Amino acid sequence: MLAHEPGTEIDGFRLGERVHMGSMAVIYRLEGSRGPLPLVMKIPRLGAGERSANVVSYEQCRMVLGALAQSVHHPTLVAYGDVETTPYLVMEHIAGTRLDRWIERAPLEAQETARVGHALALALHEIHRQDVVHLDLKATNVLYRASGEATLIDFGLSCHRHLPDLLAAEFHTPVGNWVTMAPEQIVGERSDPRSDLFAIGALLYELATGKRPFGTPDSVAQLKQRLYRDPVPPRAIVPATAPWLQEVILHCLEIDPVERYQSAAQLAFDLANPGQVALGERSERSSRSGLLALARRWYQAREFVASAPPPPATDVTPLPVIVVAISAEETGEPFFEALRRATRRRIDVDGRCRVACMTVVPPATALTDDTPTGRHIKQLVMLRRWAKPLGLPEERLTYHVLESAEPAVALLDYAAVNEVEEILMGWGADASQVSSRAPCSVTIVRPPPVS
Amino acid sequence: MLELIESHAKRGAIVVLGNHDAAAIGRPVHGMNSQAMAAIAWTRPRLAKSHIRFLDGLPMTVREDNRLFVHASAATPERWTYVTGRRQAAQCMEATDATMIFCGHVHEQRLYYTGGTGYPMAFRPVPGTPIPTGRQRQWLAIVGSAGQPRDRNTAACYALADLSRSRITFFRVPYDHGSAAQKIRAAGLPERLARRLERGS
Repeated sequence: MLAHEPGTEIDGFRLGERVHMGSMAVIYRLEGSRGPLPLVMKIPRLGAGERSANVVSYEQCRMVLGALAQSVHHPTLVAYGDVETTPYLVMEHIAGTRLDRWIERAPLEAQETARVGHALALALHEIHRQDVVHLDLKATNVLYRASGEATLIDFGLSCHRHLPDLLAAEFHTPVGNWVTMAPEQIVGERSDPRSDLFAIGALLYELATGKRPFGTPDSVAQLKQRLYRDPVPPRAIVPATAPWLQEVILHCLEIDPVERYQSAAQLAFDLANPGQVALGERSERSSRSGLLALARRWYQAREFVASAPPPPATDVTPLPVIVVAISAEETGEPFFEALRRATRRRIDVDGRCRVACMTVVPPATALTDDTPTGRHIKQLVMLRRWAKPLGLPEERLTYHVLESAEPAVALLDYAAVNEVEEILMGWGADASQVSSRAPCSVTIVRPPPVS
Repeated sequence: MLELIESHAKRGAIVVLGNHDAAAIGRPVHGMNSQAMAAIAWTRPRLAKSHIRFLDGLPMTVREDNRLFVHASAATPERWTYVTGRRQAAQCMEATDATMIFCGHVHEQRLYYTGGTGYPMAFRPVPGTPIPTGRQRQWLAIVGSAGQPRDRNTAACYALADLSRSRITFFRVPYDHGSAAQKIRAAGLPERLARRLERGS
């Protein structure tokens, strides 16, 4: 089953060179592809001496990939063989750079860590939105295309929350990557998207420090230490680590999923907007928690029960970002109040959403009577003044002054990159362009009629 | 209703006997509650001879290729055992070498599947999502009921098995349950049966 020579034909596909040999499957490039995509064939390792889980993992991979809508963030499934006679998967060959090429060069600058992590978080959000949890994120399972977009590969351990989990009954030891595995995965929870966020946290940690947050465990006992032990803060390893980056990384690596980011989109947002990260106690930590806290958590971890995963999220983006765009010409209090009322209605419906207050100003070169910094501050003051009566906690509000000659284009770009769920804006000159081209819902707010 | 099913059967539909059918034609059926008994008592005098002949001729199970159709558990079809959990599912699946078993009797949709060790796994299907059902493992589909739901959803249940692509899709379909409930009341049947259609539980 293992040794296929180049040139071997399987169901009309001609095998080329072997590109990967893993513990569960072997991957060959395919020659003379008939379609527009370069293809690979993945064949599970079956037969004497191989694990029975390999075929289950193959089935699971086929089922999950088959259910995913096409996107650049995961390989497209082209064909598959009969599991009883000739199991194989034919998939798009992804030409890209593996994440481990960056890890080799770690520690990286904060900016580069954020860029790599941001692309990964967006890819993850795409599969989470389709109710798939990857559960095996590691440096060799993330590829970056030339465009900069990240693609996740190897869905052999993944879980689709609308399909039966074939792997649930298959393993007795925690399965997945022990370097990046989340605490709840260790105790068998397989349907929480936040487990993937823990894994991203472990990867970001390694990019930022060159070290693994929990080392490389080689026994279940060592693996289980993360049920109660927090990692050494990145700043204790690389003192120059930016506080916001430490905040982001440790936020991902919280033991309880409830304490982590609640969606990959939220993480992507913070990585794209470092200046907006709400700095808390995590950003200041210089050492691991003390003996007392450790003892308490150790005691609790003896009977570790994972928090319940959130319900599948086909219709809702967890912790959505709402953009409130205020243009320079609409600053009157009646309009402000109308916009606040619309925003309140929106945040009452979803009590977790974040509000990004935004205005777009012409590029600095077009300035005549003001300094760029002075103008920037004026705009921020205006945005804060607008947001204050909402009474939202600080961590749910962010403020952005974008520079662009074309406000509509700047808003649309922002919405696309930050997985914005809804834009609330006034009836300015840009409203029609934004509402017709936005990747999300747009609410146009009018000031009340003057009586 | 019965005539509709009969016409489907004439055109080749697979029909198996259910416990209410068996009781309606006078076979001894244990464990029925008073409301069910009332409904059966209402049904009996309304059955024509041809209806009784049709019901009496229905098989307990039908086997077709790797598929088995049965109203209750395949382990003891004539005892009308409910498959309400993984243990009962295991007994049902062990009783046959069919890889795809279709059951009713229990009103909520479930898909059980073998794998690993221990009892089969239970999965609550998401309506409209096709699930691949490979022949290398055993699947037990509880298709759910058309009427008398238990899960607070008034819609009727059905499932489509796509044999050429080896997959099954469960569905829920809304129907005029209000009229159905009115008819139950008009017939003087127990109020509980009408309420269940309206509330879904």
